[in-house]
Amino acid sequence: MQLDRLKTGGRIDRTRPLNFRFNGKTYSGFAGDTLASALLANDVALVSRSFKLHRPRGIVGAGAEEPNAIVQVGTGASTLPNMRATQVELYDGLEARSTKGWPNLRFDLAALNDRFSKVFGAGFYYKTFMRPKAFWKYYERFIRASAGFGIAPTEPDPDSYEHRNAHCDVLVAGGGPAGLMAALVAARSGARVIIADEQNEFGGSLLSGSESIDGKPAAEWVNAVIAELRDRGNVTVLTRSTVFGYYDHNFIAVAEHCSDHKGERAADGVRERLWRVRADQVVLAQGAFERPLVFCNNDRPGVMTASAVSTYINRYGVCPGKRAVVFTNNDSAYRTALDLNNAGIPVVVVDCRKSGAGSLGATADAAGITVLRGHIVSDVIGRHRVSGIRIARWDGDTQSTFDSTIRIDCDLLAMSGGWSPAVHLHSQSGGTNAWDETRHCFVPAESAQANVSAGACNGHWSLKACLQDGIDAGAEVAARCGLRTMPVELPVTTEGTDNPMQALWRVPASKDPDRCPKQFIDYQNDTSVADVRLAAREGYRNVEHVKRYTALGFGTDQGKLGNINGMAILAECLGKTIPEVGTTTFRPVYTPVTFGLGAGENVGELFDPIRKTAIHERHQAAGSPFEVVGQWHRPWYFPQGGEDLHAAVARECLATRNSVGMMDASTLGKIDARGPDVVEFLERIYTHDVGRMKVGRCAYGIMLREDGMLMDDGVMARLGEHQYYLTTTTGGAANVLNWLETWLQTEWPELKVYLTSLTDSFSTIAVAGPKSRDVLQNAGCSIDLGKENFSFMSVQQAVLAGFPVQLFRVSFSGELAFEINIDSAYASQMWQILMESGKEFDITPYGTETMHVLRAEKGFVIVGQDTDGSVTPVDLGMNWLLSKNKDFLGKRSLSRQDCVRDDRKQLVGLLSVDGSTVVPEGTQLIEDPGAPKPVPMCGHVTSSYFSATLGHPIAMALVSAGHRRKDETIYAYLADNLVVPVTIVSPVFYDAKGARQNV
Amino acid sequence: MKKYSGLSLVTGALRHNRNWQPAWRKPDPKREYDAIIVGGGGHGLATAYYLAKEHGVRNVAVLEKGWIGGGNTGRNTTIVRSNYLWTEASLLYEKSLKLWENLSQELNYNVMFSQRGVYNLGHTLQDMRDIERRVGANRLNGIDAEVVNAEQVKQAIPLINTSPDARYPILGASLQRRGGVARHDAVAWGFARAADALGVDIIEQCEVTAVNRDGGQVTGVETTRGRIASKKIGVVVAGNASVLASMADLRLPIESHPLQAFVSEPLKPVLDTVVMSGAVHGYISQSDKGELVIGAGIDAYLGYGQRGSFQTIEHTMEAIIQLFPMFSRVRMLRSWGGIVDVCPDACPIISKTPVQGLYFNCGWGTGGFKATPGSGWVFAHTIAQDRPHELNAPFDLNRFTTGALIDEHGAAAVAH
Ligand SMILES: Cc1cc2nc3c(=O)[nH]c(=O)nc-3n(C[C@H](O)[C@H](O)[C@H](O)COP(=O)(O)OP(=O)(O)OC[C@H]3O[C@@H](n4cnc5c(N)ncnc54)[C@H](O)[C@@H]3O)c2cc1C
Repeated sequence: MQLDRLKTGGRIDRTRPLNFRFNGKTYSGFAGDTLASALLANDVALVSRSFKLHRPRGIVGAGAEEPNAIVQVGTGASTLPNMRATQVELYDGLEARSTKGWPNLRFDLAALNDRFSKVFGAGFYYKTFMRPKAFWKYYERFIRASAGFGIAPTEPDPDSYEHRNAHCDVLVAGGGPAGLMAALVAARSGARVIIADEQNEFGGSLLSGSESIDGKPAAEWVNAVIAELRDRGNVTVLTRSTVFGYYDHNFIAVAEHCSDHKGERAADGVRERLWRVRADQVVLAQGAFERPLVFCNNDRPGVMTASAVSTYINRYGVCPGKRAVVFTNNDSAYRTALDLNNAGIPVVVVDCRKSGAGSLGATADAAGITVLRGHIVSDVIGRHRVSGIRIARWDGDTQSTFDSTIRIDCDLLAMSGGWSPAVHLHSQSGGTNAWDETRHCFVPAESAQANVSAGACNGHWSLKACLQDGIDAGAEVAARCGLRTMPVELPVTTEGTDNPMQALWRVPASKDPDRCPKQFIDYQNDTSVADVRLAAREGYRNVEHVKRYTALGFGTDQGKLGNINGMAILAECLGKTIPEVGTTTFRPVYTPVTFGLGAGENVGELFDPIRKTAIHERHQAAGSPFEVVGQWHRPWYFPQGGEDLHAAVARECLATRNSVGMMDASTLGKIDARGPDVVEFLERIYTHDVGRMKVGRCAYGIMLREDGMLMDDGVMARLGEHQYYLTTTTGGAANVLNWLETWLQTEWPELKVYLTSLTDSFSTIAVAGPKSRDVLQNAGCSIDLGKENFSFMSVQQAVLAGFPVQLFRVSFSGELAFEINIDSAYASQMWQILMESGKEFDITPYGTETMHVLRAEKGFVIVGQDTDGSVTPVDLGMNWLLSKNKDFLGKRSLSRQDCVRDDRKQLVGLLSVDGSTVVPEGTQLIEDPGAPKPVPMCGHVTSSYFSATLGHPIAMALVSAGHRRKDETIYAYLADNLVVPVTIVSPVFYDAKGARQNV
Repeated sequence: MKKYSGLSLVTGALRHNRNWQPAWRKPDPKREYDAIIVGGGGHGLATAYYLAKEHGVRNVAVLEKGWIGGGNTGRNTTIVRSNYLWTEASLLYEKSLKLWENLSQELNYNVMFSQRGVYNLGHTLQDMRDIERRVGANRLNGIDAEVVNAEQVKQAIPLINTSPDARYPILGASLQRRGGVARHDAVAWGFARAADALGVDIIEQCEVTAVNRDGGQVTGVETTRGRIASKKIGVVVAGNASVLASMADLRLPIESHPLQAFVSEPLKPVLDTVVMSGAVHGYISQSDKGELVIGAGIDAYLGYGQRGSFQTIEHTMEAIIQLFPMFSRVRMLRSWGGIVDVCPDACPIISKTPVQGLYFNCGWGTGGFKATPGSGWVFAHTIAQDRPHELNAPFDLNRFTTGALIDEHGAAAVAH
């Protein structure tokens, strides 16, 4: 039975009843309800408990401002924590639970906190739990146990999200009267418009009221406007779409909620869509929030904002009580009194102003509503639900106290402390706000970006003013877009006259503010007047300090209800004005957004799409495990039978050294550099004499950062007078291209050089080993591969097995080797052809691990493994690469005091003394295993393998003064009391003369 | 200074909390001080405290342009650890960590230093090499550190995705159990209160606009609250370091970038430790209030506006979902940015300058919160003695000339 459902009215669909469960009990509501309206219809007043004091709490608001009704919706993987019941649209079968209260909502043990609330004042935790020191751990466990509201899902999100980029001339945030009007004017002028509203229908405040426009119910006007906007080709109309963030350069983020209203899971399509909008102009028309009044026990379930009560009556056909009191300091709440009265609910108005309201006051009087002018509500009676209030006569002195009060029985208290424009987005964009002394609120002042605020968002309260402001805003932004606007007529509305609001920030009580029952400012965090006063007393006087010390505005509603009251009360107790105190920073986001929305499609495999070489499938078929290198998956080793890594690598190494091996080297970065100034450019980047290279020759090149440290390396080839082909490390490819472009574009724009990444266009297959030449010949090669025609470190164009290729005679294994560069489209086929051509030599594919071993045997470094950004080429013994004839990046740094120290860490080889221990990579090296901590370290192991070719382990290391310490023994530190003696040797373990590659 | 304790809370409650004193006074600036600290962040306040406490220099002013702790101190994600790679860095951070371990008692202000452990995840073989190397170095330096495997990670962090099929599978991690998080505001306030009690003047809403010199010696500063004289001036202004340096005609090798962070709505406890990942680029912990506290890398552009782009937030969310796919349905409540002072080698500058009596402490970039007490401690020494303590000697401004950089970039791609 929906006890509190009104017989008629509301925008709900009474023909579509929906069942839902709350805290295990089944209720029913109607399509069009929110969870909050449905709960109220079912007379459920108690919905939650507050964060710190666990006070019973009910629904206070009707929208984004709701601080209390924080519920868990849904179950299992699709459960949603911390949903505001006021923004959850009802669907059949909805499951919701309170997020606080143990063992249950009604009997919450932690409610004991409330008894000792004075001990738990603002910042109490900074003052205690310090002794004994070791106990903090346990205290904290206890504190954490009471943390949080909802429960995060524990299974991966089953739904998907997407991003959509959009550009528009005018983005309108908010579809109330002002926003609609602005959108209409802009759209009629031809502007491309996006209008977004967070609710399920347009109309904003009109949905909550009973106004008429042009003599018809406001809803009809809204429908007509929306119909026109939808009909125009230039307008995108978004409902359930929250404009939540306003970033630089008019970048606006909008969260469109596509499916939550239909059910727990997005059965078809996406759950949420992020609109990333770049708008020329923005109209901010998100309306205003009604402020609560701050009186004793103003948090009891049944105390609500007046506008929320009106919303429940007019929009949802629900009256949240049977006997009501309206407490106000301004005229707007009289509408609520009239709404209640119309719904047949007895109502008394308590107005703190002696004069009462303007024309609405007269209407109320005429309707026979009791209006107590010059009165205030001093206290609320009832714990789990309002059962009555106390009122007192008030003379306007905010510091007064009184003892004579009158009790009025009621179960609903609608309050209005005036309105605060939703300046959130305006402020996020960098705009300033000004305090308006007559309207008693902050209104947008200077804009920092291309935007205009309109309507209630701009401090206008009457419907007429909002419509007019919308027209003006629409015309303004259209003009700024260079468009001509058509005059639009102001719709006809009925307007009354208002009496000015009376500022009443803290309602006087029977005792002074430190001793009276709690007067809450921020419901969710239990921040009361006494807390703000305590903060000020303790020197936390800056508004940001007060916020942080008292948690005011830190709740999930981000202070939408309480902040302005808090600031005003702070101002009062500091004896300052409100603008002097100011506001805290309005930070994104306007209302919370899911991480899923931010991530969009970029989850799972799309998080960072895996880069696979053109030959990947073959490697996979061959059973290779893959190593993650940068974004790539590279074949790690090719196990045969039940081989493990070590067995496979040993076999691959021996095969390559003794016959022939083959690897997919496609991931190396490849850059085509050409242009009239390419030589000059590369001379500045690389350390060797680039210009001296003959066309057709290759060279090993390195580049340094400005600080002289090795940045990347690779083979480069001169393909023409003004054309080079550069290779980079796999992980460094993108960085190097960026680096080159940065220098070209920002430092040396006068150089004419063009860089093109070829990494994906070409694939590279390395064939290495004494039989490599035979393999290529078997495959059918158009050029003579003999030493005389095709010498080591040269490059030639050729046709191999019928495919055009670029052949490099370079070697990273120290063996006779060829690297075949081929259009990626043919790479996989080429791999297969080579496998077949090499069959007679038992050609062996190998992966990154074998490549590492082979190069380590030769003492070749891997940038990023044997170097770490603190290593110079001199440290690596690469002095021969440093040209004396020219300047290059990093050269000057190499002669800095620290770079010429003779005890720098230098690249060496290491052999374990026992001849068998493979020391783990990364192991620290020390001289004296007996030294007390901190033990001085003399270096670390960078590469370490078992060499099947040599029959013993080998390692490379950076060791302090290593170059002159050959044959010395130092120690590899594996753990305390566990060291392995190692001998320093040359890092070239195999074929020191380089004879094998030069045949 | 009236002592804080459980008992004081009860007495306070009995007196309706009317007996509490300001945590720090609101003095007007004097005409002259023995030392001036510019910047009322954690580092500046700690410096003042240790000047007064360790070196008996009590006639000190801290000048803060806004409200104390309003800079990066009040904007950071509060990760505290000392497991840095290089000995110079790790000894400095370890000094700090040791001070953290007694800080609540030392200041009589609960800074909620919570040693819930810090996991730095490894996702590639190279990550694991680096972890091995760093952990070895830490242990040799007497700093607690462990290498753990993926299974152990899963045990400690049940919700984390350790599937080998993940885009960047977790191979293992380094773990520093003594690391953790603290309550950032409390650090600023606690130092302020303790320094104030020793006689330090904390002066808010006082922006330094010029550095006065006579020959090569500083003589004082111009501020929005008038001229204040002193022969020793320590500047600790984080993202604004270059601005202050230019007032003394100095140039610093520092770039100022926005760095953002965000929190989720408060959730029941789901994450009991601190998780950082360089490869997927994000880090996360859960506060005592229940909010997931999340951050990642800097915004690439330079600037002094304390705001960043949403794109960076998107990337961070992607990273977090990568590690914790279930957090996709969790909502971000609030995001913000600070301006971090990034040095080329990702290490701070705590140094004398060519101007006599002018000292700079900056370059902490994305990771200086953890250093707050230690930084204050060595900087106080540097100012009081006019020479660096051996712990901060390697962090001299001169290293950018000599080349003796302490490159911590490689060690932690997300350096916090
Ligand atoms: C988002 C984010 C996350 C971070 N996460 C971590 C983390 O997890 N762990 C970690 O260790 N570190 C982290 N950091 C870094 C850390 O916050 C800082 O390194 C540290 O807090 C710096 O402290 P500070 O006292 O030097 O600077 P700040 O706290 O910034 O203080 C400098 C003060 O100087 C003031 N000032 C500036 N100019 C003037 C002037 N002209 N006159 C007077 N006063 C002036 C400023 O107002 C400011 O209050 C993070 C930083 C950010 C922004």
